Amino acid sequence: MDLFEYQARDVFEKHGVPVLGGVVATTPEEARAAAEQLGGGTVVVKAQVKTGGRGKAGGVKLAHSPQEAEDRAREILGMDIKGHTVHRVMIAAGAKIAEEYYFSVLLDRAERRYLAMASVEGGVEIEQLAVERPEALARVAVDPLVGIDQAKAEEIVDAAGFAADIRDQVVETIQKLWTVYAEEDATLVEVNPLVKTEDGRIVALDGKVTLDGNADFRHPDHAALEDAESADPLEAQAKEHDLNYVKLDGSVGIIGNGAGLVMSTLDVVAYAGEAHGGVAPANFLDIGGGASAEIMAAGLDVILGDPQVKAVFVNVFGGITACDAVANGIVKALEILGDHATKPLVVRLDGNNVAEGRAILRAANHPLVTLADTMDGGADKAAQLAHAAAAV
Amino acid sequence: MAIFLTEASKVIVQGMTGSEGMKHTTRMLASGTTVVGGVNPRKAGTSVSFPQGDGSEGTVDIPVFGSVAEAMEATGADVSVIFVPPAFTKSAVLEAVDAGMPLTVIITEGVPVADTAEFFTAAQAKGVRLIGPNCPGIISPGKSNVGIIPADITGPGKIGLVSKSGTLTYQMMYELRDFGFSTAIGIGGDPIIGTTHIDALAAFEADPETEAIVMIGEIGGDAEERAAEFIKANVTKPVVGYVAGFTAPEGKTMGHAGAIVSGSSGTAQAKKEALEAAGVKVGKTPSETADLMRQLMS
Repeated sequence: MDLFEYQARDVFEKHGVPVLGGVVATTPEEARAAAEQLGGGTVVVKAQVKTGGRGKAGGVKLAHSPQEAEDRAREILGMDIKGHTVHRVMIAAGAKIAEEYYFSVLLDRAERRYLAMASVEGGVEIEQLAVERPEALARVAVDPLVGIDQAKAEEIVDAAGFAADIRDQVVETIQKLWTVYAEEDATLVEVNPLVKTEDGRIVALDGKVTLDGNADFRHPDHAALEDAESADPLEAQAKEHDLNYVKLDGSVGIIGNGAGLVMSTLDVVAYAGEAHGGVAPANFLDIGGGASAEIMAAGLDVILGDPQVKAVFVNVFGGITACDAVANGIVKALEILGDHATKPLVVRLDGNNVAEGRAILRAANHPLVTLADTMDGGADKAAQLAHAAAAV
Repeated sequence: MAIFLTEASKVIVQGMTGSEGMKHTTRMLASGTTVVGGVNPRKAGTSVSFPQGDGSEGTVDIPVFGSVAEAMEATGADVSVIFVPPAFTKSAVLEAVDAGMPLTVIITEGVPVADTAEFFTAAQAKGVRLIGPNCPGIISPGKSNVGIIPADITGPGKIGLVSKSGTLTYQMMYELRDFGFSTAIGIGGDPIIGTTHIDALAAFEADPETEAIVMIGEIGGDAEERAAEFIKANVTKPVVGYVAGFTAPEGKTMGHAGAIVSGSSGTAQAKKEALEAAGVKVGKTPSETADLMRQLMS
């Protein structure tokens, strides 16, 4: 989960990372109150969106009074930045910046450890800096068993070439940012820019934090950081049932077991769709190992709630999951859904107890259900049905 | 031969007395795996009865030990398989690593990546192999089966299979059931995994029983691109590839924690191109991939 800047700021503050005052606002009036709360002086009104380039898009503006903060917030709230609607702004205390730097620590998947990166040339697109002037970006490996201790922080700071007058402050700040990374179970903590103010203080001015969802069990407080408002309503419904669902744009609903097989099913449906008017998958939905009637019904309910869906392809390879249990799940799910189930269902079952599973579906003889012998055949049939339904 | 797992492998189960552990120990025994013990400090000294692996009458009693080290000492176990919940996985793996267990297979899904980074680093320092987490395990058909891969899809053969995905492993074993496999290994879909495509490719290359290799990848990270470079430089056996996730949108995690396209990196297209540039034939679908392998083998 990616955090908004204001959430990252709060998390930084909690772990002692130096930040400036910042208050989130969802209305122009709240923005005015926030500016007053911060002392009534100059503030920055910053759009809170989980994408880059908001400055260029006009999502960051200076305000010299609470009235101006309200006016700027009115302009920024509701803006669209790269497909993200601005629902919140952060009113941030102004700072007189002398220099801008960069720091991040992240998961290095390839090396299977962590990587810290730092540069004294901050405030720019770091990807661009990495390509154009790689020597200006220090990259230091971090041992997961040790983390960033005093010695490692000094190594990073010296590799990046921070000046002597701020070295100790940056060393201390980097260790606190490591605390954020380790104690919050982050997979990315990035500060861009990390700044030196005119009065010589080091401050994290903008932060980006990604949290590991697998670690939610030891961070009950992370649930409150979820952005329920911007979530797709179908994705939110799926989440309530612990279903792994991602909404896409096509018309063939997909249900399968196992992330790899479901991803593959989306691809196979997209290829099959080329011959059927270009229909495409409507979603990713992995029902995992236990395909009970309730899970199947909840999954079908989410998929049928998507008005774009014209046909559904259920693709299951029974490994541990038994196909007869899946077949019973489908039959019962259709009973549970009753009149709500209106779209044709193509079902392909293979693997564990496949003969029993197919027999159950044949015996049920549900008018919406078509059995397919293979994954390719099922994808083709589902694409054909979706295309035919769209043409009506 | 086969890789990592042979008929000589002696297996212990961490979490054997839990419901998942019981279910899969029964299945492993039924597929011919030599399971020599379980580990549970609260039930040390007891034993658990399982149906005979060969389907004959009666039961087999598997002893429960207080620790991995005790189990190794008493049984000579050289493989451990872990079926414990995510919150307890790190300590279970570290216990196996500290005891010097040569191979530990971690089935658990949902392990925090920081925990994996820690226990992987510890395993590297100790020089022991981990497979997983978030994986279906490894099967050398007819010899041994550790994890949750169904043993009845196909039998022994000359194809080696390495995959990030469990169900795609099963699908591919099913597609190529006429040929059989030397070893099929599910390495898992997490951002950090103990055994990579490259590790498996190197082992298959060295295994005299493996004649050809199927490699299944998916979006996220650059493991497939690195594997492609490795194949180009080091693998003489024919490799057929498949990559899942061409239709995955940017920035969305597709089921597996590691399956995410970030910006322009980690796309299926880039992986396919890298593999093809290394001389690997890449199928558009699992069935087309199986066809490519079928052509090679006949």
